[in-house]
Amino acid sequence: MPHVGANTYGEVHMKFTKLMTGAALALGLATAAVAEDKTKVGFVFVGPVGDGGWTYEHNKGRLAVEEAFGDKVETVFVESVAEGPDSERVMTEMALNGADLIFTTSFGYMDPTINVAAKFPNVKFEHATGYKQADNVSVYSARFYEGRAIQGHIAGKMTKSNIIGYIASFPIPEVIRGINSAYIHAKKVNPDVEFKIIWAYTWFDPAKEADAAKVLIEQGADVVLQHTDSTAPQAAAQEAGNVITFGQASDMGQYGPLPRVSSIIDDWAPYYIARTQAVMDGTWTSTSTWDGIGAGMVGIGEISNAVPADVKAEALALKASLADGSYHAFTGPLNKADGSAWLAEGETANDGDLAGMGFYLEGITAEIPK
Amino acid sequence: MDLSAINPIILIAALISAATPILLAATGELVAERAGVLNLGVEGMMITGAVCGFIISVNTGSPALGFVMAAVGGAMLSLLFAFLTQIALANQVASGLALTLFGLGISSLMGQNYVGIKPPRLGDVNFGPLSDIPVLGTILFSHDPIVYVGLLIVAAVWATLKFTRAGLVLRAVGENHDAAHALGYKVKRIRTLAIMFGGACAGMGGAYISLIRVPQWTEGMTAGVGWIALAIVVFASWKPWRVLLGAYLFGGITQLQLNLQGAGVAIPVEYLAMSPYIVTVVVLVILSADKSRAPGSLGRIFHASQ
Repeated sequence: MPHVGANTYGEVHMKFTKLMTGAALALGLATAAVAEDKTKVGFVFVGPVGDGGWTYEHNKGRLAVEEAFGDKVETVFVESVAEGPDSERVMTEMALNGADLIFTTSFGYMDPTINVAAKFPNVKFEHATGYKQADNVSVYSARFYEGRAIQGHIAGKMTKSNIIGYIASFPIPEVIRGINSAYIHAKKVNPDVEFKIIWAYTWFDPAKEADAAKVLIEQGADVVLQHTDSTAPQAAAQEAGNVITFGQASDMGQYGPLPRVSSIIDDWAPYYIARTQAVMDGTWTSTSTWDGIGAGMVGIGEISNAVPADVKAEALALKASLADGSYHAFTGPLNKADGSAWLAEGETANDGDLAGMGFYLEGITAEIPK
Repeated sequence: MDLSAINPIILIAALISAATPILLAATGELVAERAGVLNLGVEGMMITGAVCGFIISVNTGSPALGFVMAAVGGAMLSLLFAFLTQIALANQVASGLALTLFGLGISSLMGQNYVGIKPPRLGDVNFGPLSDIPVLGTILFSHDPIVYVGLLIVAAVWATLKFTRAGLVLRAVGENHDAAHALGYKVKRIRTLAIMFGGACAGMGGAYISLIRVPQWTEGMTAGVGWIALAIVVFASWKPWRVLLGAYLFGGITQLQLNLQGAGVAIPVEYLAMSPYIVTVVVLVILSADKSRAPGSLGRIFHASQ
């Protein structure tokens, strides 16, 4: 057996205690013994904190809050919470146990968050990637589509088969925006490019994500983009060889320099710290935040040396223009997939259109599941 | 739509591989249930096997040893369930659920230092000229050893339950533990062994996901496969070959629907996504019209004094 020496026992035991605390909370057994002077911040996660992607980054944000405020804050989290009624139960439990601020970190928690928030007007809620606000519910998200533009550019330049595979999760605006952004930027540099999209209907299922990646590769894709949370597609691409991928939500740098050639990194820490501070100061108000590369909420992971130098330079230039606002990822002329006009020459998409995006852009032949 | 992008031979080969974790876990659970034990901890035993196999493979460089230790790990965890239900006489449903929660927790604890590591690859079995046969070579003779081990276990379980004295005793214990006890059979010992066999199979099934199918370690990576294995045992009416059929149907339609999506078939994706569940259940329910029923003592606690 490796690494289970006596010296690590204490550490292991501590983690185990923490784990069981999480389980007890999930089972509704936790008692409401909270020190009154501490600000209690709760986090509801859709996957395990060790998914290496989406939830991993949210948890890093949670740890940053602990780091920033030390004894003044107490954080709790429940991981792998199914979207839907189950999440409502977990949030209610957190609110009853004295949480002052609760971050709910998946799109599918939108209605549950609104429902629970209505019952606890004194608790502040923050819902990630949704669009429903209330007096005590803020929404926040990152402009991942800016990162997708850079991925699309690199993918379009580097594909040899001209087939780009895309593992999508659920047909919600955030995912559709990503597909559209990647597609138009790939198409711009490579008119022959074709997207094959597989909907996994899950955020986290490594075996299924790996299977989807294998199917896409088998059907000719030599670039695989993912909008699911685990690193499984990276592992599948690595095994297949001659395929490039991009880290999703987290750097996934352990799969570089190939297959992972770059990544979109979500950086929630500054936001989480600022919002916790606002609760402590009593200045918290319901807001809608949607930041991108410029504000640092979306990071672009290092572009590996597997990418040709000129492509890398173009990608970095694109990143710079997105960051300073001189270029918008959705700039006309752009038509919808049904042929109708969306943006005129030079026109850029407004946030309202983007937030509710439910259509593919011209050139994508697939149908969006309803 | 471009169906030519789908290669049916590779599709079938892929389904056999994709179905193996479910097949192993479901076969193990079948044996436990035929002995009268309902162990809902399959998911927990699978994920524990997945992490045990991964850790051993990475540290020893031997995937084969990894699979053996995955089976041992799954069996060890199942002993906890055996203790709770056979010695402490705890409720089987609650104990099984606890086992799943415990397995998920302990596996993420054990696997913390193993995220992002690539495990050594288990090579395919070399069948020599057999694998060069067109079509059949790819479908039947291009797999890793665990696929064949899985099939052998199904065959062995079937033969043991049907033709041997040991199988008869196991079924007797499952059908009526009081009668079996009156005849002098050691109900608890037999059940404990059946639980351990179930744990070992589930552990191997889990390791198949972490060592071959993905291959990597991620917390919670079995993502509900154990529950599907449990369901397949019921819908397969506790019969080994139907478990095989169920696992292949489920694995096969999952693969097929992914392929159809990739090829852009004009069937709504929602229907494709739900098809593995529906088809598997419908087929197995139709097959189970032959009045086969659950083992008589399934889920009941045995104590010699009652």
